[in-house]
Amino acid sequence: MAERPEDLNLPNAVITRIIKEALPDGVNISKEARSAISRAASVFVLYATSCANNFAMKGKRKTLNAGDVLSAMEEMEFQRFVAPLKESLEVYRREQKGKKEARKDKDKKTDSEEQDKSREEENDDDDERMEEEEQNEEEEVDN
Amino acid sequence: MAARLSGGGGEHRLVSLPLSRIRVIMKSSPEVSSINQDALFLTAKATELFVQYLASYSYKHGRGKEKNALTYSDLSHTAEECETFQFLADILPKKILASKYLKMLEKEKRDGEVGEGEEEDEEEDDEDEAVGEDVGS
Repeated sequence: MAERPEDLNLPNAVITRIIKEALPDGVNISKEARSAISRAASVFVLYATSCANNFAMKGKRKTLNAGDVLSAMEEMEFQRFVAPLKESLEVYRREQKGKKEARKDKDKKTDSEEQDKSREEENDDDDERMEEEEQNEEEEVDN
Repeated sequence: MAARLSGGGGEHRLVSLPLSRIRVIMKSSPEVSSINQDALFLTAKATELFVQYLASYSYKHGRGKEKNALTYSDLSHTAEECETFQFLADILPKKILASKYLKMLEKEKRDGEVGEGEEEDEEEDDEDEAVGEDVGS
């Protein structure tokens, strides 16, 4: 798949919002500054990916996992991110689990066609889903 | 697509950056084969934290705040001065006015010395004249 240059950029509106949330109210952000931060963010993704991949290879794995990304953050001297990332990951995992169970309920009732688009568009072998424990359905999904 | 907490408005989203786009960037690395969903989420979330950190750090340590602004110069300064952000130095080069650059070249010729790039505070309206290795976005 050939990536066009714009595909490696992140959406301006989202980047701008994240920047504004980090600065005091009313601070102006020049267009050039915003563009520079956006590029920096893309470079960050590449750097983090490369670093995480090294950890995966050390562990003789071909798939990047959560631990690899967290190790990468420490390696890149962004230890301050580790605790908030772990917290967010917990929430994310609960959310994903809830979605899965909601899908299963739907599947039971209707046809087996997958309706929930929480998965990515590519359906190659990229994603290893977390092992899901089939427990009692304690968590209801309120959507 | 943004991963969402239920019942959320904009501010309640777990992550705002689209995972699909993050994945495209990650996959552009040739040595990467597969990415687990959690790793994708964490990378997106880490990128958001990074953007916030870069912006707030640069604002705090830069001169833009004298005009209540975050400027390119603040960011470039951060990349140069702060070790954590040094990996950005190549894409956030210092900018100087073309006229000053030409003067520098002349001085180098005269003195036979290698001149250091000077830090120049960038005026907003001088952006057109600035010279730098600007990788166009």
